[in-house]
Amino acid sequence: MKLGRFLMTAAFAAMAGAAGAEVKVGMITTLSGGGAGLGIDVRDGFLLAIQQSGRSDIELVVEDDQQKPEIAVQLADKMVQSDHVDLMTGIIWSNLAMAVVPSVTAQEMFYLSPNAGPSALAGAGCSKFYFNVAWQNDALHEAAGAYANGAGYANAFILAPNYPAGKDALTGFKRTFTGKLAGEIYTELGQTDYAAEIAQIRASGADSVYFFLPGGMGISFLKQYADSGVGLPLVGPAFSFDQNILQAVGDAALGVVNTSQWSKDLDNDANKAFVASFQEAYGRLPSLYASQGFDTANLMLSALAKAEPSDKAAFQAALEAADFASTRGKFAFGPNHHPVQDIYARRVVKEGDIYTNETVGTVLTDHGDAYAADCKM
Amino acid sequence: MMSFVLLAEQVLNGLQFGVMLFLMAAGLTLIFGVMGLINLAHGSLYMLGAFAAASVAAATGSFLLALLAALVAAALAGAVVEMAIIRRLYDRDHLDQVLATFALILIFSEGTRWAFGSFPLYLDIPPALAGPVRLPGGIDYPLYRLALIGAGLLIALGLDLMINHTRIGIRIRAGENDREMTAALGIDISRLYTLIFALGAALAGLAGALVGAIQSVQVGMGEPVLILAFVVIVIGGIGSIRGAFLGALLVGLTDTLGGIFLPEALKLVTDPASAKAVGASLASMAIYILMGAILIWRPTGLFGSRA
Repeated sequence: MKLGRFLMTAAFAAMAGAAGAEVKVGMITTLSGGGAGLGIDVRDGFLLAIQQSGRSDIELVVEDDQQKPEIAVQLADKMVQSDHVDLMTGIIWSNLAMAVVPSVTAQEMFYLSPNAGPSALAGAGCSKFYFNVAWQNDALHEAAGAYANGAGYANAFILAPNYPAGKDALTGFKRTFTGKLAGEIYTELGQTDYAAEIAQIRASGADSVYFFLPGGMGISFLKQYADSGVGLPLVGPAFSFDQNILQAVGDAALGVVNTSQWSKDLDNDANKAFVASFQEAYGRLPSLYASQGFDTANLMLSALAKAEPSDKAAFQAALEAADFASTRGKFAFGPNHHPVQDIYARRVVKEGDIYTNETVGTVLTDHGDAYAADCKM
Repeated sequence: MMSFVLLAEQVLNGLQFGVMLFLMAAGLTLIFGVMGLINLAHGSLYMLGAFAAASVAAATGSFLLALLAALVAAALAGAVVEMAIIRRLYDRDHLDQVLATFALILIFSEGTRWAFGSFPLYLDIPPALAGPVRLPGGIDYPLYRLALIGAGLLIALGLDLMINHTRIGIRIRAGENDREMTAALGIDISRLYTLIFALGAALAGLAGALVGAIQSVQVGMGEPVLILAFVVIVIGGIGSIRGAFLGALLVGLTDTLGGIFLPEALKLVTDPASAKAVGASLASMAIYILMGAILIWRPTGLFGSRA
């Protein structure tokens, strides 16, 4: 399967090269280290969309940032100055996006974010050349707070890692949650043992727990929480319950409600076709990140059909129109080039041997972000 | 305020963290003490143990077989690495050793990704040890973590007996004190080194497998533990198993209890919001402050003999 994927990528690159590329896309994403799964899914979703478009004049330059800001900056310089790419995309992590995006867009290069959506780029730091196809970082947390209200939780214990996205997460949750907080903890980034925090949760008298612990942190927390017997209901954003990590969590995640702007069972034609074709191409179920990579590529393709990236104003207008069939169903950009979209609640279920999510309802409808008012383009 | 139950639970958590750190630190301190080698790749052997355990558990469904696989795989990898690479580094200075073993980390990490893919693996607690038990005093505590404490203490006891009361232990101590004299007495030093390296690797692999059941089995999982293990052996005194044990428990308890009690203690002298912020920062520094304080008091560590 792995070999097949490489061959497909290579064959595709060769094909694109042979045809004489007219549009060159630079993708900087995380392909090694603990966060590689996210970047690989974004890349694979992106490649799938380009392949399905049948366009052979698009060349994709993919580079691995190793989840390190300094490497991402070097790669961006190389792509702008020596590869002469026409537009850029791919970054997963907010700290890397902060290091790369402002300098790239200052050079009037279009950047389409398939994941990272730091608040600094949504408000006063917004740009005509920056589009976020995934979300503003706070969105799923705001939805989680709204879900907790609806579920009748009145005393939540909340925790997140001590770094910018973690602080954004708890801020987002508190923005919508109307109940009391039984406790609020910032854990260490990369922490693997949550016994001390779980003991505090047990002693806190909370009626629910909200946590934002992306990647391996969430796997560790969920397994330890399930084994501790605390048993309070959990709510989280989609990151800790996504397709690429659920199998590693197993039964510990069953039944947990999480918030997401996408789910594999969303009932629209684009999504059904995406899920089926992704499975066929890669032999695994698509994750949230794969859907974002796929949507990012389709947005780009829709704009390329109308204008050249060199015609800045026309290309910007074509992107703003968001004239593509999103896997999320309806999709539009707000005034700061961040999505206005529905956010859903999903529940973790087991289908056969596979752990996955089913949609249980819409939590927020046409949800924008709190920073758009500060954006002056 | 803190209740007794919360305090007791946190002490158990600190102990459990400490004994698992000990398994990592024991191998590291032996390798550092006996061979004078800084082995940054020790964390990779921890990861290797967890991956071996996860794949054997997935194939056979047996946790015991998984632990056995972790031990064997890590020991084998340790022996091979020692014979192929590490052996050439004993006479080099520490900078060369750091460079070479850092390269080993990268090779192990990317090799593991090639073999297992980029997504975390699944490894779970055996059903017999799942869930919490009620301890005297009304403390609910996960049975698996109690089992980890028990296993760690047994291994510590076994290592202590081995080092201090067996022939191989005498040789290890002799090799640590005077390499040339030990060789002159007819002991095959290079075989002894391979053996020690494999033993250290096996302990790291076992720790990876035991901890992997309650954490995420993923590429790069060993490096954060490695840093703490270095703190442990510096506190305990390089080369000392007893020092590593005491150091590991100190670090485990300080790290766990510091995060809880420092913010609480600061609340007595300042307002709650800043107590929380300052307390959290202090807590993450606590083990390094502990290390600094112990090194000022005893520059060679608690049980260290060398200057």
